[in-house]
Amino acid sequence: MAKQINVALIGNPNTGKTSVFNRLTGLNQQVGNYPGITVEKKQGTCKLSRNVKAHVIDLPGTYSLNASSLDENVVIELLLNKNDKDFPDVAVVVADVENLKRNLLLFTQIKDLGIPTILAINMADRMKRKAISLDIEILEEKLETKIALISSRKNEGFDSLKELITNFGKLNNKPCLNASVIAPEYFNRLRKTFPNQDLYKLWLVITQDVNFGKLDRQELKVVASFKTESESNLKRLQQKETIARYQFINKVLKETLIVDAANAKDLRSRLDRVLMHKFWGYIIFFGILLLIFQAIFDWSTYPMDWIDSTFASFSEWTKSAMPAGDFTNLIAEGIIPGLGGIVIFIPQIAFLFLFISILEESGYMSRVVFLMDRVMRRFGLSGKSVVPLISGTACAIPAIMATRNIENWKERLITILVTPFTTCAARLPVYLIIISLVIPEQRVLGIFTLQGLSLLFMYFLGFASAIVSAWLLDRFLKVKSKTFFVVEMPNYKLPLFKNVAITVLEKTKSFVFGAGKIILAISVILWVLASYGPGDFNNAESIVNEQHISETLTDQELDTKIAAFKLEHSYIGILGKGIEPAVAPLGYDWKIGIAIVSSFAAREVFVGTLATIYSVGSEEEETIKNRMAAEVNPILGGPLFNFASGVSLLLFYAFAMQCMSTIAIVKKETNSWKWPIWQFTVMTAIAYIVALGAYQFLK
Amino acid sequence: MLTIATLKKGQRATILEFSVDVVPLKLLEMGCLPGNEVELVQIAPFQDPLYLNINGSHLAIRKETAEKIEVKLI
Repeated sequence: MAKQINVALIGNPNTGKTSVFNRLTGLNQQVGNYPGITVEKKQGTCKLSRNVKAHVIDLPGTYSLNASSLDENVVIELLLNKNDKDFPDVAVVVADVENLKRNLLLFTQIKDLGIPTILAINMADRMKRKAISLDIEILEEKLETKIALISSRKNEGFDSLKELITNFGKLNNKPCLNASVIAPEYFNRLRKTFPNQDLYKLWLVITQDVNFGKLDRQELKVVASFKTESESNLKRLQQKETIARYQFINKVLKETLIVDAANAKDLRSRLDRVLMHKFWGYIIFFGILLLIFQAIFDWSTYPMDWIDSTFASFSEWTKSAMPAGDFTNLIAEGIIPGLGGIVIFIPQIAFLFLFISILEESGYMSRVVFLMDRVMRRFGLSGKSVVPLISGTACAIPAIMATRNIENWKERLITILVTPFTTCAARLPVYLIIISLVIPEQRVLGIFTLQGLSLLFMYFLGFASAIVSAWLLDRFLKVKSKTFFVVEMPNYKLPLFKNVAITVLEKTKSFVFGAGKIILAISVILWVLASYGPGDFNNAESIVNEQHISETLTDQELDTKIAAFKLEHSYIGILGKGIEPAVAPLGYDWKIGIAIVSSFAAREVFVGTLATIYSVGSEEEETIKNRMAAEVNPILGGPLFNFASGVSLLLFYAFAMQCMSTIAIVKKETNSWKWPIWQFTVMTAIAYIVALGAYQFLK
Repeated sequence: MLTIATLKKGQRATILEFSVDVVPLKLLEMGCLPGNEVELVQIAPFQDPLYLNINGSHLAIRKETAEKIEVKLI
C-alpha cells in the first residue's frame, strides 16, 4: 500500500496559500464543511513519488494561533488534537516574501507546537523586482527548518517543496521560543502541575476560547483552574509573547534579509490613489457593481433560457419515449423540471463568483471594505455585505452564497437574513403584471410614468427593508462574535486564472450537491400536490365534458378547462381554498391563494399558476392580464384586482420569503434549520401584517 | 495627546507604549508594536477608517482603535 503523509498548509491570508494548494493538488481536491460549522474544509491529494502520496489540507488563513474567528479556531483545534485523523505529519507554513516578518510570527508558533515545519516562501518571482535578497542558508539555520522558495504564479520551486515534504522525517522539532521566557513564574507553576506536558500547548489551551472536543476531561478541569488568572493579565502575557516572538524574528531577519527601500513606492500607491479616492473610488466601485448586476441580471438570461428549453424538451421527450403512467409523469413532470430548477441557477452563481473571486484575488475587495465600512457598520453589516445585497437584486441564491467572504459571523448572519428582502428578478414578473393592472398609466412631470415610479418604489422598498431589518437585527440578535476591525490591505495582484476557475467550479458544485437536494425534494412534493387530488380530481375529464356538453369547444379550449378544474381540485388547490379565510382579509380569493402557495417553487410561478386557474391557455402576458382584469371579487363585487388588493399583493411579494431555493441555501450556509425557519416565519409574518394593513386602509 | 487618529495624511510617527486592555492582540500580531514606525497612508471618506503602513505592513483600522494608540512624530 502506498504511504500517505498528512500535510497541513498554514499561512496568513493573502500569502497565496490557496494557489499553492491548487498547484499541489490540481483538481484532486474536495471542498466540504467542518462538522457543525460553516467553515470551508479543503483537502486534496498530491503524488510525491511512486509510493508516497500527500494528503494535503488547506487550513483557513490566520495571522496567529490566537484565534478570533470560527475559521481560526479550526486551525488551532486541529493542531492541538493529535487524535484527529487529519493531524499533520508535517506543516507547511506559506509566507509571502514581501511580508516575511509578519508571516514568520505564525511560523514560530507552529514550530513551537513540536510539529515538523517547512517554510514555503511564496512569490519568490517578485524578489528581483522588489530588490529583496534573502540568505536562505542562514535563515534555515536560524529558524532550524527547511525552506522552499516557490512561486505559485510561475509554478516554480514545487519539486523541491515536494521533496522536503517527502523527507519530513529529517526536520527537527526544536522550538523557536522557549515559552517560559514570557513569564517565568507563571510557567514554572504550570510545569509543576503538568510535568509531562508541552508548556506552549498548555498555554494555548489556557488562552484560547476554543472547543477542544477530544482533550482529556480531567486535564481540562485542571487547565481551567489556570484560567482564574485575570483576563487582562493573560492578555498582557499574550502581548509579551508576541513581542518576544517579534524580537526573535527581527534578530533573524537582520542577518538574512535585505530590502532596498528605494523600490518600495510602486503600483500599490498609484492604484490606491485612484481606487480609494473619495469620489472616483466610489464611482469605480459602483461601476463594478453595475457590471456584476448586468452579468447576473442580463447576460445570464441567455444560458438560463437555453437550460429552460433544454429541460422542457427533455421532459417532453421522456414523456413520449416512456410508457404512459404515474412513474413516467413523476420522471417527466416532477423530477426533470425539478433538476432543471437547480441547474437554472448555475449561470448566475458562476457569473457572480467569477467576479467575486477576481475582486478577492486582485486585492480589491479589501479596498471595498475600506470604502464602505463607515456606511455599512451603522447597520451591523460589513463593507463586504454590499456585494451580496446588490447581487440579491438579481437572485438571492448566489448572493447568500457570496456572504462566505464576510469574516465576522454576526455580520455574515445578518447579511444572509436580510438579503432576501432585496427585489430579486423572480419578483419582477409579478410586480409588472400587478402594477400594470392596478396603477393607472399616467405621466408624472412629463417624463416619468406612474407605473415606472411604482416599480422603482418597489426596488427602493426592497433595499430599505433590508437595511432597516439589518439595523434591528444588529440590536437584538445576540450572537457571540468578537468584533474589532483590522483589515489587511494586500498588494495588488493579477488574479490567477486557475484559482478563479477552481472557485467558480467549487461554488457551483457545492450549490448543486448541497442545496440542490432540498430544492429537488421540495419541487417534487409541490408537483405531487399540484398533480394529484382526491375525489373529483380523478374524474376531471368527464365532469368538465358534461359541464360544457351544450357548447361547441375546440379540443384545446376543453383541455385548458380541464387543467383549471384539475388544479382547483388538486391537493394544492384544496390547500389554496383552505387558506382563503386567512387571505381574504388581504383582499385575495382562493385562486390567488393557490398562486401564492405554488409561488413557493419560485415567485414567478405566480403568473403561470393564475393563467392555468383562469384557463387562459396562453402564456401571453397581455391575455393573462386581460383575464385578471375581468376577475370579479366574489364577496364584494367589483374587480378583484383593484388598487387596494393590488398594493396588498405587491407588498406581500416584497416581504414574504416564498422561495424554497432560498430556504435551502440559507440552511446550507448557516448549517442549521433554525435560521431558515426563523427567517421564513418572520418574513411571512411581516408580509401578512403589512399587506393586511394596506388592504384594510385602502379598500 | 498625539495618537494615530490625530496624524495627518502622509505623516509618520513612532508608536509609544499602549495598554493591552484597549488594543486588540490581533493588531499587535499584524505588526502594530511599540517602537515601530507608522505612516498614515489614507483616510476613508467620513474620516474613518484609517489606512496605515506599519513597518511595511499595510492595515486599515477604525478611528476608535486609532485614538487609543499614542505616537510620537518623527
